[in-house]
Amino acid sequence: MPAASMYGRLPILKMLAAIIAMTVVICAVMLSINWDGQAASTAAPKIDDLLNVMIIISSFVFSVVIVALFYALWKFKVKPGDESDGEPIHGNTRLEIAWTLIPTIIVLFGGGYSWKVLDEIEEPVKDAMTVDVFSQQYAWSFGYPGKDNVYSQGELHVPVYRQIQFKMHAQDVIHSFWVPEWRIKKDNVPGITTTAIVTPDRVGTYQLICTELCGFGHASMRATVVVEPPGQFQKWVAGLKEKVPQPLEQSVTQDTETNPPPLTAGGA
Amino acid sequence: MLAAIKRPGWTRGALGALAGAAFGFGLVISLRAISGLPLYQTEQTGYPHVVVPLILAPLGFLAGFGCFDYWLRWAAGAPTIPDDHSQHGARSWKDYFRFNTDHKVIGIQYICTTFFFFFVGGLMAMLIRAELAQPGTQIVDAATYNSLFSTHAVLMIFVFVIPVFAGIANYVLPLMIGAPDMAFPRLNALSFWMLPLAGILFVGSFLAPGGAFDAGWTGYAPLSTGAPLGQSFFNLGVQFAGASSIATALNFLVTIITMRAPGMTFWRMPLLVWANLSTSLLVVAATPFIAGAQFMVLFDRLLHTNLFQFASGGDVISYQHIFWFYSHPAVYIMMLPGFGIISEVISTHARKPIFGYRLMALALIGIVVLSYSVWAHHMFVAGMFSWLRVPMMLTTLLIAVPTGIKIFSWLGTLYFGKIHTYSTSMLFALAFIVTFTIGGISGVMLGMVPIDIHVSDTYFIVAHIHFVLFGGSVFTIFAGIYHWFPKMTGRMYDEKLGRVHFWGTLIGTWGTFIPMHWIGMDGMPRRVEDYASQFGNWNLMISCFAFMLGAIQLVFLYNMIVSWRFGPKAPANPWRANSIEWQVSSPPPIFNFDEIPRVVGGPYEYGVPGARHAIMAGEGADVPAAEPSVVGSA
Repeated sequence: MPAASMYGRLPILKMLAAIIAMTVVICAVMLSINWDGQAASTAAPKIDDLLNVMIIISSFVFSVVIVALFYALWKFKVKPGDESDGEPIHGNTRLEIAWTLIPTIIVLFGGGYSWKVLDEIEEPVKDAMTVDVFSQQYAWSFGYPGKDNVYSQGELHVPVYRQIQFKMHAQDVIHSFWVPEWRIKKDNVPGITTTAIVTPDRVGTYQLICTELCGFGHASMRATVVVEPPGQFQKWVAGLKEKVPQPLEQSVTQDTETNPPPLTAGGA
Repeated sequence: MLAAIKRPGWTRGALGALAGAAFGFGLVISLRAISGLPLYQTEQTGYPHVVVPLILAPLGFLAGFGCFDYWLRWAAGAPTIPDDHSQHGARSWKDYFRFNTDHKVIGIQYICTTFFFFFVGGLMAMLIRAELAQPGTQIVDAATYNSLFSTHAVLMIFVFVIPVFAGIANYVLPLMIGAPDMAFPRLNALSFWMLPLAGILFVGSFLAPGGAFDAGWTGYAPLSTGAPLGQSFFNLGVQFAGASSIATALNFLVTIITMRAPGMTFWRMPLLVWANLSTSLLVVAATPFIAGAQFMVLFDRLLHTNLFQFASGGDVISYQHIFWFYSHPAVYIMMLPGFGIISEVISTHARKPIFGYRLMALALIGIVVLSYSVWAHHMFVAGMFSWLRVPMMLTTLLIAVPTGIKIFSWLGTLYFGKIHTYSTSMLFALAFIVTFTIGGISGVMLGMVPIDIHVSDTYFIVAHIHFVLFGGSVFTIFAGIYHWFPKMTGRMYDEKLGRVHFWGTLIGTWGTFIPMHWIGMDGMPRRVEDYASQFGNWNLMISCFAFMLGAIQLVFLYNMIVSWRFGPKAPANPWRANSIEWQVSSPPPIFNFDEIPRVVGGPYEYGVPGARHAIMAGEGADVPAAEPSVVGSA
């Protein structure tokens, strides 16, 4: 069966129209919903945009599959009593090349875009503030910068509009730090210091959720996150009395960084 | 009585298990006594007097049951007992409970055993959903909940999805390639009998002090290295399931490479054979990694090595690297055989050659190669080297390309065909295309690091894996079971009940797993028995659909059991398929073929005038006498 005559018998334009119409409808519904919930960091809108672009592409891919499948089922479903075989078409090289190359281009575009977003949301700035995050079964606590090493338990305060570099330490098993409104998550791993970068851009109270299974108390391992204007934050920190306890302090000094710069790590 | 003890079988097996356990227990106790230690060490990670018997009792059972008899005699220079082929075929249901080297019997043993664990794991899923129907803790406490979802996942992965594919292929594949049996029938039987032992260890862990293993099926260190005794049951169960898997994969590789009927070139193999070739390549190279990882955890627990103990210089993250180096390929181990099943079902019921057969086969190989280079996408937020994320993201996204090729080729196969939808297997195959596309799309999203950072370890992941493993793998398993049920049992199943099962499963799957995407993105973490009340209504709805999904599986069970016993007799080739297994009677003769068939064309030549896939014995005078077949005697 020559390729041309094969395509010629399919209503390509109508199918294309159906695919586009379906894509538009799905996108209209899907994009009108705020899937990720409230956004409260500079990274959040970038991640949400990436998600929305992916929703558009995915709607198209899904529509292609659905239209192609249901058209085939409608058009080529066997008539009752017909025992004959279909047409002996074994393939079509051009079509096969097309559905290898086009998806490759789409996923590489997605990969490039994701790479760009990743670089943007993790771009460190000079005046970033470092906050230590300590996790243990089943509680969070936090150490703030300054020579006093002040410390708070179960409640994290950060100033708004300032980049925070969280240095994370776990005392027993792996925990994971997630504030959904910030869209940022990072495991806290015993023995190493992991880093997450966040710039909160919305004042408010949020929840810090442990997302790595850590034992029977995992579901209740939560903490409160308060994002407030810098003045208020300073006042709150100044009011803290406790200092970072000795064992936690030790994990700050002894844990190794996960990410030594690749070339300097070996002394090169 | 004495005869029963001498003869391989259940009595000797039970005695072997007892002897193994007693020897293990005695060994530990006496060594500790000699060393002047307290006889019983009952730290929660310890219990050597339980763990060592747990290794030796299953081995004792296998030896007693007769799995090693032939080899041991041969190795010892004793006269081996020549096979009188009485072990072939099953004449009554009792024969399925014996050591049997017939690939068809083993296939059915595999399928029934794995479905048993499917229903056990399914019951656990029902308990999980009952607990999650409302926020707060109602039915089980947090520790039990952790055990339940861990055991659910482990049963479904290690003793259902992976081995049920081995079971289907065990039955069908030798017939498909025109072989009288698998290459190593005794190894094949041993592979099967290791499997229920793994399942028993997993389920038996509920009896251990401290409860069943509760560190998730991923068993991340150091949670797992410090967990109660149940974790050791998991570490050991994985060894038996893994050894079973590896031995079967070797068997498939040798069978496929050396035992194809004359004329069956690689490019004339049905895609199910290609799929199992690819899967076996993954299993033999990847599965040793999970076996190693679990041994390392066991050593940390029992021998106090410090492989993953950060306080003693161990490296916590390396566990995840080793684990995922197996467990990502495992995702394809659980999917590629299903791809093969879908190709068979769609081509047969659309009466059309597979569209782009060679590219379909190459796509499988492409997935095999790529799947070894994507494991760290499970670790984007794990704190590993950050530079590893982008390369792993790109390979992860690229693996969508061969997968997409398969989806499009199945769709292409439907065009200009004559699509029959009367069989439940075709319904599952068509639904699989849609459902798996959703799972693929969410997989691509998860592959993108920024999106993954947000949704990793949330219900979005739960939604994704269930769309891929339930909407994907399990749909293909149902398609395969319905497709080959007439061949395996010689009976037809009830299509009406099949349709009820199909629609119930489809609606149940979507209703259960689609909303999980939303609540995950909106902030619900996974592996929690209690959650914020804002997700209460969604979870109630998910639980209702899940109960429906669970209940509808009973229709399947009823259909299978009753049809097997009372269904109308099946003709040799009810679907008018081309491949060789349909050219012999249903069920096939004990030795498959009187003469080995001769393959003269491709497997999917529907609609090609005069085309044949294989010429069976007795057809035409030009059929040469079959070459003597070599049944392996390892």
